[in-house]
Amino acid sequence: MRVKYADPDAWQRAYDAAPKRDDRIETSTISGIPIDPLYTSAATRDLVDELPGQYPYTRGIHPTGYRGRLWTMRQFSGFATAKETNARYKYLLQNGQTGLSVAFDMPTLMGQDSDAPTSRGEIGHCGVAIDSLADMETLLDGIPLDQVTSSMTINSPAAILLAMYLVVAEKQGVSWDRVGGTLQNDILKEYIAQKEYIFPPAPSMRLVIDSIEYCAREVPRWNTVSVSGYHIREAGSTAAQELAFTLADGFAYVDACIERGMQVDDFAPRLSFFFDAHIDFFEEIAKFRAARRIWARHMRERYGAQNPRSWQLRFHTQTAGVSLTAQQPELNIARTAVEALAAVLGGTQSLHTNAMDEVLALPTDRSARIALRTQQMLAYETGTANTIDPLGGSYFMEALTNRMEEEAEAYFKRIEEHGGVIPAIEAGFFQKEIADAAFRYQTELEQRQRVIVGVNDFINEDEEPLQILRISPQAEQEQVERVREVRRKRDAAQHAKAIESLRKAAQSPRENLMPHIVDAVRAYATEGEIMGTMVDVFGLYTEKAII
Amino acid sequence: MSPAVQAKPLRIVLAKVGLDGHDRGVKVVARALRDAGFEVIYTGLRQTPAMVVEAALQEDAQVIGLSLHSGAHMTLFPAVMEELQKRQATDIIVFGGGIVPEEDISELKKQGVAEIFTPGTPLEQIVGWLRKRFPES
Repeated sequence: MRVKYADPDAWQRAYDAAPKRDDRIETSTISGIPIDPLYTSAATRDLVDELPGQYPYTRGIHPTGYRGRLWTMRQFSGFATAKETNARYKYLLQNGQTGLSVAFDMPTLMGQDSDAPTSRGEIGHCGVAIDSLADMETLLDGIPLDQVTSSMTINSPAAILLAMYLVVAEKQGVSWDRVGGTLQNDILKEYIAQKEYIFPPAPSMRLVIDSIEYCAREVPRWNTVSVSGYHIREAGSTAAQELAFTLADGFAYVDACIERGMQVDDFAPRLSFFFDAHIDFFEEIAKFRAARRIWARHMRERYGAQNPRSWQLRFHTQTAGVSLTAQQPELNIARTAVEALAAVLGGTQSLHTNAMDEVLALPTDRSARIALRTQQMLAYETGTANTIDPLGGSYFMEALTNRMEEEAEAYFKRIEEHGGVIPAIEAGFFQKEIADAAFRYQTELEQRQRVIVGVNDFINEDEEPLQILRISPQAEQEQVERVREVRRKRDAAQHAKAIESLRKAAQSPRENLMPHIVDAVRAYATEGEIMGTMVDVFGLYTEKAII
Repeated sequence: MSPAVQAKPLRIVLAKVGLDGHDRGVKVVARALRDAGFEVIYTGLRQTPAMVVEAALQEDAQVIGLSLHSGAHMTLFPAVMEELQKRQATDIIVFGGGIVPEEDISELKKQGVAEIFTPGTPLEQIVGWLRKRFPES
């Protein structure tokens, strides 16, 4: 028998009697969760044994963890024109990246063409400009779509970009049942946080559900929605809010699909998630673990899903853009490494590591390579991929995981009191919660209750500026000319017919819009024309600005 | 004896110009300026330069604050300055915030933008700058 040495009361007395640091730095998590100086077996007394690959998947969805396969290293990338971005993709693939992730520019994200007056100055700046099938053909030139999977970060016009991708695959001779990838297509978090909405919520949801229904039939390996907490977190939410609001959005999509008449196991396995990995290390890992447990329980117990794949929450992670600093930007490499480690210990399926200069501009080749190499170091040098859920059973980690779960459940109740996610959006509930959290955090920084190295302490007075990527103004002009050329050269009759059939379909609520969008894309209708046709029918959404 | 002169609070229009929807920064700044005693009018998202200047004139604002994170600042900030010229309202002071590289800041200042605050700027620095610029308010 082992001798029992631990005497909790004696420790408590010793702790209380000892002097403590008096720097007034917060000991709660970055989200404000109070943290004890020590956790003991008292915190895990009710802990039930859990295993990876088994319900409720707190410890991971795969029985093999990263021994089966590593996470996908998927760097989000896109800038200027399709031609330049295509070259960057080939560069990243040659350097060992294992999947593509397309970043679109603001006009593309907002469903408008490069020659629209409000696109001026925005073309190619925060992603690649895609106006029509012609651009998508250039973007994916020489990239075999039966071997490489792609993630596309786009929401309001997601259905159009998916259609373009599918038509390129078709032209490459790749049948759609062999095409794999992920569409963000998460409109709810646009109203909540990122604000790239176009239509009102109801027709937006219709379009999302149309794409889910279409892919279930036509593109079975496609992840139709990537339910995203990333933007909610970056907008200033706490970790628990990110967790709760994202899962609530996920349930809202499930509800809408069921209402459409679909069976839960027909679509739920193709829903995936996207979370932020912020700088507060343990809190993030707890968030990932809690997310899996909550999703599994709700899918099985509330929705009656039978297929284990419907219970398994798969997710992509990106390190926190908001944690990067313009001051001493090289330090961002270290911040990103810590955040990436949290994602790996949390069992992410794929990962984007931010480049150090992303706080200033889009990354250069060099900074993008360092970011990718950071993941490779984690995977191959540190040994962190060898053991599945290595923090499972830790007194602290299990207590924090439970705490995350409790906070999320409390939020689900409050959202329910509003009548669900869409009424809560319309009431400004999420927006206010997030703005309050962002302001609270900023106030703590101002009062130096939290330190950001290089920003409110440990400041360097004279710094060398970093070399940053510049988008040439020619890219803008070229893109404008390109879209005009597409309009001149296409078959006008085929185009007009496709647009007309899309308009009619939009007017009949029972019709799935996807086949019509695919036809319009085949006819080289531009993104702006397709969106414009739907705006005519659905109208535009504006939100009440809440400070 | 004349009644004590009550300083009129400074009126500031804060705006998101262009297509960018990242409004965390502008909302935090709006609250901080309001808490500091300024009158803040936040326009909301997706304002064109003409809409921003119109709002400033309607609201009788002395200051416009622009927020932008999409990289379009070299087009949209000068467009606001041009619009002010056109409306003969160049007495309105313009400042900005967002992802703006160092070299662009000096160029924008040459074009009449009074100040640019980049990520990590303490709120009290923005408040302090406004107080210094408008000591009477």
